[in-house]
Formats: sequence, C-alpha cells, structure tokens
Amino acid sequence: MAKPKVAFYWCASCGGCEETVVDLNENILTVANAVDIVLWPVALDFKRKDIEAMKDGEIAVSFINGAVRLGEQEEMVKLLRKKSGLVVAFGACAHLGGIPGLGNFYDRESIFNRVYKEVPTVDNPKGILPQQKTKIKEGELELPEFYDTVKTLDQTIDVDYYLPGCPPAPDLIMAAVTAILEGKLPEKGAVLAPNKALCDTCPRAESKPDKLSIAEVKRPWQIKMDPELCFLAQGIICMGPATRTGCGETCIRANQPCRGCFGPIDGVVDQGAKALSMVASILGLDGEQDMSEEEVKKLIDSIADPAGTVYRFSLASSLLRRRRME
Amino acid sequence: MKKITIDPITRLEGHGRIEIFLDDKGNCERACLQIPELRGFEKFAEGRAAEEMPRITTMICGVCPTAHHMAATKALDDLFKVEPTSAAKKIRELMYNAFTAEDHILHFVFLGGPDFVVGPTAPAAERNVLGVIGKVGLEVGGKVIEMRKRMRNVLRIIGGKPVMPTCGLPGGVSKRISEEERKTIIEAGEYGVEFCKVALGLFDDVVLKNKEYVDLVTGDVYSHKTYYMGLVDDKNKVNFYDGKIRVVDPEGKEFAKFKPQDYLDHIREHVEPWTYVRFSFLKKVGWKGFVDGKESGVFRVAPLARLNASDGMATPLAQEAYEKMFATLGGKPVHSTLAFHWARLVEALYAAERTLELAKDPEITSDDIVNLPTETPKEGIGVVEAPRGTLIHHYQTDDNGIITKANLIVATQNNSAAINMSVEKAAKALIKKGNVPDGILNMIEMAFRAYDPCHACATHSLPGRTPLEVSVYDADGELVKKLVRD
Repeated sequence: MAKPKVAFYWCASCGGCEETVVDLNENILTVANAVDIVLWPVALDFKRKDIEAMKDGEIAVSFINGAVRLGEQEEMVKLLRKKSGLVVAFGACAHLGGIPGLGNFYDRESIFNRVYKEVPTVDNPKGILPQQKTKIKEGELELPEFYDTVKTLDQTIDVDYYLPGCPPAPDLIMAAVTAILEGKLPEKGAVLAPNKALCDTCPRAESKPDKLSIAEVKRPWQIKMDPELCFLAQGIICMGPATRTGCGETCIRANQPCRGCFGPIDGVVDQGAKALSMVASILGLDGEQDMSEEEVKKLIDSIADPAGTVYRFSLASSLLRRRRME
Repeated sequence: MKKITIDPITRLEGHGRIEIFLDDKGNCERACLQIPELRGFEKFAEGRAAEEMPRITTMICGVCPTAHHMAATKALDDLFKVEPTSAAKKIRELMYNAFTAEDHILHFVFLGGPDFVVGPTAPAAERNVLGVIGKVGLEVGGKVIEMRKRMRNVLRIIGGKPVMPTCGLPGGVSKRISEEERKTIIEAGEYGVEFCKVALGLFDDVVLKNKEYVDLVTGDVYSHKTYYMGLVDDKNKVNFYDGKIRVVDPEGKEFAKFKPQDYLDHIREHVEPWTYVRFSFLKKVGWKGFVDGKESGVFRVAPLARLNASDGMATPLAQEAYEKMFATLGGKPVHSTLAFHWARLVEALYAAERTLELAKDPEITSDDIVNLPTETPKEGIGVVEAPRGTLIHHYQTDDNGIITKANLIVATQNNSAAINMSVEKAAKALIKKGNVPDGILNMIEMAFRAYDPCHACATHSLPGRTPLEVSVYDADGELVKKLVRD
C-alpha cells in the first residue's frame, strides 16, 4: 500500500514549530518511515508546481503552522486545502493567530512607518517603503502583499483539526500523527489536546485557594516569585484558568505564569474575554463591598497591558479580531 | 534583458528569493536577495508590559529564541537599572553557551557539513546530511543527536522549554538550578567539549586535506573585504553574553569599541523598496551601496566576524583552535565567507568549554537568583551575540514600564547587505554570455549557507540541502531555461 502523503507548510511563523518536530528525536524517523513527505520547505525541495499538479485530496494531511499575514501565504494554504484530505492547524499562530496576531493592535501603515521610517537606526530620508512592485534599472522586482490584518488559518480555509501550543508539545504531536495514521480520529474541528484547564494539571494546583482574591496585582518583577505557590494566590496574573492544558506546564515549572498559548478549552469562543471575566471575578473579592468605585478602578488599572495579556496569543481569533484604527 | 528567478532558496523569515538580471551581453549585472516576509514586532511591542518582552520576542525566531530571550532580558536590566545577582549572571551565561554550542553544531552537520565534509563538487544526491554521516561514520552521527539532546535538556532545566524559554527577569532569572540538575549540566558540558574536539578533528582530516575545498576557501569568489563586528570581554576575547561591541576595519585594525548603549552612534540601516529586510551599515563610514572595501559601511557579523573582531578566545582549547585557524588561513583578518564554517566550530568549542566551566562553579546552584528593581523604568538596551551575529534590543517605556518604543536589530539584518553581495559575486563569476551553468545552484547555495542566515532555514534541514529553482526569463517574460536542484 502506498504510504500516505503528508505536507508541512509555514506561514507567518518563526520556525519554532519545525524545531519542535526535530525535537521528536528518534520518533521522527518512525514518522518519516510511515509517510511520504511531499512538501516541507525547511527540509525538502519546495516546488509549488508539484503540488498544483496533484489530484484534489491526494495529500492525506497537511500540517500548516503560522498565521496568515501575506497574500502569498493565503494563496498557498488555499492550494493545500484543495489538495488535502485533512488540514491540521499546527501551533498557536495557525490556531489562534499567536504572537504575530498582536499585529492586529495596529495596521499595515503604522507597522511600515515604524519599521522603515521611525526606528532610530533607520536612515531613510526619502521615506522609501517596500513596494509590491519595484522597477530598478535592471528590471522589476515583486513582493507579496502585506495585509492590514493577521488572520488565523481557519479564517482563511476550512480546518479539520488543531494542534495547540507555542510550540505544540512533542507527545501531543506524536499522538496526533498516530491517530491520523491509524484513522482513529475524533470529531472534525477537535483540538488535539486534553479538554481541561491548565489549573487542573498544574503542579501548584493544591496551593490554589478555594476562594481566590487578589487584593493587589503584582508584576513578575515586583516580588520574588514563590516557586511553589499558585501565581494567582501571589497576586500575579496567570492565564491558567482560561487556558487548555497539555503543555506539560513548562512555563510554570520554570517559575513563570501561564500566558495562554494553548488557547481556551472547548466551548469557549473568546479566550481573552474568559480570562478577563475570571480576573474581574477575583480582583478585590475580599472586601469588595467596602471598596469605593475609585479603588476598584485603581485595582483594575494595576493590571499591566490587560489586552495584550489576556489576548497574548489569541487576538486574531477573538470576537473583536483587531483594534479599530482611528 | 533576461531575468533569473531563484525562488525560494530557503527559509529566511519566511523564504528568500534571488533575482538575477543579465545585461545585453548576457552577463550578470545585478543580483538581489529578497526577503518577502515581515511581522512588525517593533510596532506591536508598543503597549506591552516591558517584562513580557523576553516572552514575546522569543517568537521572532524559533531557531534562536534563546538569543532574543537573553537580549530582551538584558535590555530589562538596563531599563530598570538593576544589576543581576552574581549567580543569575552565571546561570544566564551558562544557558546561553549551551544554546550556542548546540546551534553551531547542528549547523556544522546539517547545513554546512554537506558543503565542506562531502565536498563542493560531490553529486547533489550525496550532498546532504546522510552524505555527511556516510563520510564521518554512523558513530559520529549518533553523537550529534546525543549532543543536541543533552544541550537542549540544559535549556529545558533552566528555561522551561528549549523552544521559547521563559526564565528571564530584570535583575535575574526566575528559577534556581538544583544540585542534581547541576550534575546533568556538567555531564552535558563534558559531552559537548569532547564532541567539539571530534568535530574539529574531522575538519582537519576531511576538509583541510581536500585541496578543492581549501582552494575555494582561499580563492576570490567567496571573499569580501568588509568591516567586522562582535562582542568582546575586557581582554578583547570573544564573548556571546556580555561585553563591548568591537569593530575592526578590512585591514583588521580596531575601528571602534563601544558600550552596547551607544549603538546609535555607530549603526544605521538602509531601506530598499524591493525587500522587507533592512540593511545595516556603519554610520561613520556611510552607505555606499552593495560594495565592500574600507569606504563602504557594510560590515559583517557572526562566527568569522567575531573571531576577526577579537584578540582570541577565553578558554584554552578554543584559543588553540583559534590560533590554528588564523595561522592556516594566512593571519587576521580572514575575508573568505567560507571560513565562517571553521570559525563556527571554534566558537562551538568555546561555548561547550564555557558551559562546563560555569556548571562547575558551585555558585551556580545559589538561590540568590534575582535582585528586585527599584528604579523607575525609562529606556533600556540589551545586546548579545546570537549564533548568527550581533543582536540588539532597545526599549523605551512610560513610568509604569509599558513599552512606548522598540527597536530591534537582528543578526541577519547586519549581514543582509553582505549576503546580497556574496550572492551577486557568485552569480557574476558564473554567468557569462547568457550561459547559466547548472553549477550556479551549488555556488550560490554555498555563498548563502556560510552565513547560516537566521532561521529555520538550515539548522534543521533534514536532508541538508537548500531547495533551489532557477528560472531564466527573457525580456518578454518567456521561460527560456529552468534548472532544478533535486
């Protein structure tokens, strides 16, 4: 029997998802033996026309990482969708927009102005900006279009499954690949990770008070963080309650609070809204009735960059999707 | 006029594309390396809490997240004017060297290896990591995987996870190292030192005895007389984690030595409309276009540049290797782009030795790992040597520590003008009278790979080759020739 054809592709991403695949170590050979990898730009010859020449659905599964920021990326994922039986959004950027999705606090114009005109090292008296088409003496050069708004993969094409995380955990990758190879797949649209909050598997779970109350919000540099106590109990904003587990609690084990890269659990549409309501419900809970409106506002204002914290990885997938530019 | 497109070459912030223009006689007139990718970190950093930058900028590059993590963390020290504890500095430097050793070795085997171990003219089918293993033996192949695993485990112990570490705080680190973990790190360091010695020995046996390759290294096609930049310690020895930035001129004389905080007096960036990447140059020399020489502000960074810009290595075995390299290649500075590969191995040995040295320091397990900031934040600059060159993070904040402005100069930006020049030089040497030989794929690939251009590109390129496709179009856009490297 012919081995199933598999494609890996990247959009606006950093290469960390590929590093994680290499971190499968010996397991990668098992996978490589069981499938026929037809596209992997980091590792293999990449010929778009070979993909174009394939029959629709000929690729068994395409793993696509990265958010969609450029015209070229959109074209490529649409092509892969057509040629693939299954599409898996691989990693936080494809799943939720990820860190590049923070670009949705701004737009193309403000990003270009900052990057090519305003930064203190730029020497650009003519205010040159990258162009989609440039005529130089010798000929013409083209660049792909840079979109105003970062999109998640499922805002661009139909997605069958999601492997969450920045980066996805190696054991979840192996479980997903095995499930696909054995045809033991869950319902379409499933996130291939446990449907539980990070708090449920957190090594500090026992130190989380039954009734949480934050009297004063602390930032990670303002106190010596206790290596064993629940972050929220220390007054530090942790995304654990609003985030799916499966990561191995790696950040917590390095004594840093969760920032939400695995996204929400099933049924939660907007991770940031969920996190905000969680935080609002525990801020000044003890003695709330005695606080003046001003005191409550001050407490809420003490959260540094609330939007960039609760939507750290999920701004592009949120209900708002982006900030409205004036 | 003909236009040749090589698309895509490999991954560089997405992927790169090389366009080659021929003049009326069919000779190469101009070559442009385009980077068709941008994410805009400098802009969306605005509004974020400064302390989150080490956990946001890691996502600039998943291959070298530790470099961004560390540059950001050091920028926070400067921002809050807080000195890290002695133990914290050592923990950071240890982690940083373990990362550099692993990254360099991976490049040696997977990316550079096919060029200089298997040989530049070997059949394409053998010029990959399997060809490297065929030449050096399975045992060495296994050791590479083992070394990567062990060094990445050190990153896991200190930073939580090797892809996207999370331990950096202004004034220190978030987690201490236990005595048991220290033992694991010492073993990893010992393994690393031994492996790097083996790798340098291989370089002697396989590469330096291959006349064809040595001729290429010392020949002109791959040579550029540029300025060189790198961090040095107070004795002018190479340092990846800390020190002053030193620049030497194309004759090897010190041109500048400055504190990272003064980088604005020395570095400027040029913008071209046909690429999303900015091109660094020396402010005091000026931008003269894509040319080398003393009058051009183009400078180079990364392994060879660091060795050229320093007076040696701070560990004994690496110092020996440093001396041998320059003695063999005719003294400092070495201008051959292909010597980046050798320099990378010298640095890997230093990184492994330094990892071991720091792991053996009993202070490394201290629980005094963070000094809390007390100053009001305003502006901070952090610099490290990323595996691919000098990396600068610069933040300004409001009184509450919220970023108002950010500037990032990543390593490959510093080399981007030189990479363009190297590609063009190879194209000019090979394309004559409209004849585009198949060998151009190899030659451009080699020029390009020596820099290890930031990104996934290469370091984990499994079959160890850069995908290349060259299309030659005439003035009407008709395809006249197509070359595919497979």
